[in-house]
Amino acid sequence: MKVEGVVLIGIGLFMAVVSVGYWFWSGEPSGTAMLIGAVLLGLLPGGYYYWWAKRMKPRPEDRPDSTIREGAGVIGSFPHGSIWPLVFGAGAFLFGLALAFGWWFLPPALGLMLVAATGVTTQSRRGGTI
Amino acid sequence: MGRNKLSRFKHLKRVFGAGGLIIILATVLSACNLPAFGGYKGATAQGHDTHMLYAWLVIAAIVVGGITLSLLLWAIFRYRKKSDTIPKQFQYHIPLEITYTVIPIIIVLIVFFFTVNVENKVDAVSTHPYVKIKVTAFQWGWNFDYPQLHVDVHGVTLQNPEMVLPTGKTARITLVSADVVHGFYVRQFNFSRYAQPGVVNVFDLTVRHSGTYQGQCTQFCGLYHAEMLFRVKSVSPTQFWSWVHQEQAEGHSKVVSQLPSPVVKVRSTNSRTKI
Amino acid sequence: MTLLEEKQLIPTEETKHATTEHHEPSGLIKWLTSTDHKVIGKSYMFTALILMIIGGAMALIMRLQLTSQHSSLLSFQQYNELFTMHGSIMIYLFVGPFAFGGLANYVVPLQIGAPDMAFPRLNALSYWLYLGGSIIMLLGFFTASGAADFGWVAYAPLSSAVNSPGAGPDAWIAALVLTGFSAIFTGVNLVTTIFYLRAPGMTMFRMPIFVWNMLVTAILILMAFPVLTSALIMLYADRHFGMDIFSVKGGGVPVLWQNLFWFWGHPEVYILALPFFGVVTEIIPVFSKKPIFGYKGMVFATLAIAALSTGVWGHHMFTTGVVLLPFFSLLSLLIAVPTGIKFFNWIATMWRGQITFTTPMLMCIGFLITFLIGGLTGMFLASPPVDFQMHDTYFVVAHFHSVIFALVLAAVGALYYWWPKMFGWYLNDKIGKVQFWLLFIGVNATVVPWYILGLHGMPRRVAVYKVGMGWHALNIAATVGADITGLSFLVFLLNIYLSWDKKVPAPSNPWDGTTLEWFTSSPPPTHNFTRIPPIRSERPVWDFNHPDAIAISAHSQKAPLINGAPPGNGRATNGNAREATISGSANSGTTETVESD
Repeated sequence: MKVEGVVLIGIGLFMAVVSVGYWFWSGEPSGTAMLIGAVLLGLLPGGYYYWWAKRMKPRPEDRPDSTIREGAGVIGSFPHGSIWPLVFGAGAFLFGLALAFGWWFLPPALGLMLVAATGVTTQSRRGGTI
Repeated sequence: MGRNKLSRFKHLKRVFGAGGLIIILATVLSACNLPAFGGYKGATAQGHDTHMLYAWLVIAAIVVGGITLSLLLWAIFRYRKKSDTIPKQFQYHIPLEITYTVIPIIIVLIVFFFTVNVENKVDAVSTHPYVKIKVTAFQWGWNFDYPQLHVDVHGVTLQNPEMVLPTGKTARITLVSADVVHGFYVRQFNFSRYAQPGVVNVFDLTVRHSGTYQGQCTQFCGLYHAEMLFRVKSVSPTQFWSWVHQEQAEGHSKVVSQLPSPVVKVRSTNSRTKI
Repeated sequence: MTLLEEKQLIPTEETKHATTEHHEPSGLIKWLTSTDHKVIGKSYMFTALILMIIGGAMALIMRLQLTSQHSSLLSFQQYNELFTMHGSIMIYLFVGPFAFGGLANYVVPLQIGAPDMAFPRLNALSYWLYLGGSIIMLLGFFTASGAADFGWVAYAPLSSAVNSPGAGPDAWIAALVLTGFSAIFTGVNLVTTIFYLRAPGMTMFRMPIFVWNMLVTAILILMAFPVLTSALIMLYADRHFGMDIFSVKGGGVPVLWQNLFWFWGHPEVYILALPFFGVVTEIIPVFSKKPIFGYKGMVFATLAIAALSTGVWGHHMFTTGVVLLPFFSLLSLLIAVPTGIKFFNWIATMWRGQITFTTPMLMCIGFLITFLIGGLTGMFLASPPVDFQMHDTYFVVAHFHSVIFALVLAAVGALYYWWPKMFGWYLNDKIGKVQFWLLFIGVNATVVPWYILGLHGMPRRVAVYKVGMGWHALNIAATVGADITGLSFLVFLLNIYLSWDKKVPAPSNPWDGTTLEWFTSSPPPTHNFTRIPPIRSERPVWDFNHPDAIAISAHSQKAPLINGAPPGNGRATNGNAREATISGSANSGTTETVESD
């Protein structure tokens, strides 16, 4: 966990140096704002990972000498398949059509996305296949 | 075996070192007559400075690229598979890695030094220009206004309007756009600059040789972008003034009222700017 | 849904039972509902390839137009639409999605020993968003106003409702919003997968370089794409709700669009490039029979490129006159340093190796040469005065096509390399070599005339050009080059067909590969692995297959410590450079592996 944190914090710190330099050299606000965004993107998750790394035992994938057996246990739930991404994607597609061709695409778009969001949530809760 | 390899790496280092040395020497010996390398030597004083930088960059690129390519080709031809033995699995060689980190940094800093040097010359704006011209780009044509002389040249697309400049004298160009982003570009001047709404760009052109130079909009600006042509005609100061007087007499000076006046916020390059 | 336990890597009676009990849907339903990263990865790759063929056809039509100075093959409007859509398809819909949607999706979980991506359903959603976005972009051609015609960069105020009215530009925006979200989701997915689903022993500094590059790409995606997506939403608001963010008349700032766009746009270049740097870094060591030279230098170079690339967007705006020239110039030039490190590391990897010239390797060599040209010309454009000379001429077009063609060479190499893994049969190597030569000669025959055209001042994005400027012959040469490039892809399609027709089955490790994907069957089973070797270096499969040839440091000149336990067990995580000398243990190699029966 530590290396992950350090990588992100490192990027964040570098961007901090760049944004400070950029602001004082150019005084241009839009670029500085975006650079600060990049700083936060490095520091926030990086800090989170680092904070946890300090408070937990290294995971098997953090230790160079761990054996494959040490990874035993539940590592996550991986569905074999799910219809809902397709439904949500169809909704988003209609949403895109609404942006380009007319607002009448919007109700079905939002409807499909809502159905898909509900579906995917209940699916996770039930834990069944599809 | 190991010794042999070590000396090989030392040899490599020497090759890299020699490359760097050539570049340093080349830049120090900034001779004045370099081949055009496919480009133009620059019809303006500014464009000539740019050309010199370009030519030295070509030389540097040939040296660096040549060394890299020969190493690559050598590796490909020399080390193609000859047997089934597994080669030595070496993975790190810290001094070598440091070498090819440090040498590029040095090259970059040298390039940067000369870049800033030339950039300042190209972007320099003289305090007392010989003539001031306001260039307005619009869809799809150009307007060259000589505000102090009351001369105004206007032309769309294939009319190919002509901006007349005095040779050997500094002309101050103020570049604006009436609508979308355009690009003011003359190939022999080795120079382009955007004409943008909301931005006023100011630069100097000092044409060295009389002649007619074809210019064109380079930044895509809509339907007739490809035909947004103009010419720059540089003539001796005497001819320039006779042209001015002729234009004034013919009454070509007119205010182009149909052009919306762009929002003007003057700024200078290389300084702290707010847009 | 399966709660996947790592125990499943050791198939027991129960888990076998569990797998057989689950009945897989087949055919179209399987494809539509699949959340398997391998299926999604392949879908991504083939969608991207189809789009590349469409975009490439557009390029060939444009090249045909330019063979004559006053060609009337295309109207100005058609030409403008074509180059806009060509750029948009290639940048937004082909190279990026092929790399981070396709290759990364397929290869990353396999290389880190993970059963799938961290969020499989989000992954599937990414693909559907990408497919939907691509369809919407192509639908632009069928609108009354035609497709978007303001260049793939959509500079304000040309992209405003006044200057580019109609549904075509809106379709372009909508498509990019969808694909933008798709990219962001993929970025989140990749980072999470790489951080949380690595196999035990796969420390960060034992990840294959491809995985490192994809991690950094994903971080760049997360930095850059939100900016693009929000800029597009601003543009949409400008066009439809009169927000006047980018219009002078309403008090807006047009240059802001360029700032926002290129803040995404330059990292995007590396979002496109880094995955293929990763591909090359995978392929070259395998076919040189050596570990990648300077693994850690490679990682740091990747990180440095990513970090620098976020601070160089202004070099696309040198000629605007409103950017800080020295700042952007210095940072842009500095990118050459980590790129140079990578390049020399690639050469050093081949040095004293046993190089076999299979198609993937040839494609990588083609990449190196083409990329070298593209990289060196990039140095010119990073220098503001020279950029004033070259900006918006064909020199710039040639420069980025050199780079992107190099990536295309690597992409084709990647397909040849991972094809046996993906399908269980080879692509024909002989036809592959024919394709390589056509592609390599074709792309360079296209770009070299362009460099000269740029130096002779031909502006980009013009449908016709003035007679007597000396551009005609060079344009014809470039067209011939483009046609050869096109031909090479016909050969590729032919190769796919012929190889499919007479399948040559591939074993699990056809190339003596070094990373985990070559340890599982070809194609891999659902959830990827039934067994995993011990991971003691970034080449677990190599260590397993060649226990007597563990990586050593050329620097130390010492015999590798294979059997003896190094002092203090010597396996510090974040290590100095010599850690690789001692990583890997031949003894434990076999004992730790659990063979499936």
